[in-house]
Amino acid sequence: MDPAATMAAAKYIGAGIACIGMGGAGVGVGIIFGNYLAAALRNPSAAQGQFGNLIFGFAITEALGIFSLLIALLLLFAL
Amino acid sequence: MAVDPIEQFQIHNLFPVVTVGHTEIAFTNSAAFMLAAVVGITAFLLIGTAKRSLVPTRLQSAAEIAYEFVATTVHSTAGSEGMKFFPFVFTLFMFILTVNMIGLIPYTFSVTSHIIVTAALAITVFLTVLIYGLIRHGFHFFNLFVPKGVPIYILPLIVFIEILSFISRPISHSVRLFANMLAGHITLQVFASFIILMGTGLGAVGWAGGVLPFGMIVILFALETLVAFLQAYVFAVLACIYLNDAIHPGH
Repeated sequence: MDPAATMAAAKYIGAGIACIGMGGAGVGVGIIFGNYLAAALRNPSAAQGQFGNLIFGFAITEALGIFSLLIALLLLFAL
Repeated sequence: MAVDPIEQFQIHNLFPVVTVGHTEIAFTNSAAFMLAAVVGITAFLLIGTAKRSLVPTRLQSAAEIAYEFVATTVHSTAGSEGMKFFPFVFTLFMFILTVNMIGLIPYTFSVTSHIIVTAALAITVFLTVLIYGLIRHGFHFFNLFVPKGVPIYILPLIVFIEILSFISRPISHSVRLFANMLAGHITLQVFASFIILMGTGLGAVGWAGGVLPFGMIVILFALETLVAFLQAYVFAVLACIYLNDAIHPGH
């Protein structure tokens, strides 16, 4: 088998596998917003004060998903 | 693929490279956008606070909002002692925010999509924490790595993990910002290339169908604007949290 073709195939397979990591970030963001909503419905008066923490947690969690997307993009375009 | 999504991040010299001794001095498009950001921020704050009227104008109001926003963030995360680092955090926040926002304009260059820039910022924060902590607390600073109330037989493992997490801070700090900006811009470019691919491949039907990826670009662009602000905010908040460790070490 042609080594260059194998290499290219491995790159695409690796990029696909790397994107699985984004699923974890999806679960995390879901947990954050779900729990915020549940807590906000229990105590709506305290909800506004925690909005900053919500956005902060979202950004931190979302960044982890972006890490795996970055690996996939590097495999596709940069390496 | 007709469009290379990486091409937008290319750095090129705007002027011929000047060589002084063994040092090459180059003025790149990256440097130009950094300069534009610094000039923009300086002009915004200087003009905004020039009059200092009791009833603020729009510009003064915006400058005051930016100041108040960062000041409350620093005060709530690093305490009143942390306010001596306020100029540092404010500079970081305004620079990253401005650079991110400039990068969102089509055909401009996003400075923070290069890891060398974000790594330099993160290492500055890391060294500030380390040096200030050591000067302020001496060897008590290393209490940071020894949590209180941990059983003695798992303490070595905990200390090892704490040290490892401390050292990996600048890496995660810089990669978070860089990866978000890079991935966002590449995503926009890839969706834009879908329109071209559909149009050239399918003709008139393809151009009509290009409305779908175009709508997606609009949605993604709104998300990217949010991310550009959020990542600047997150970078500043994390810098505050790390500085808080230097001011109050020990758990």
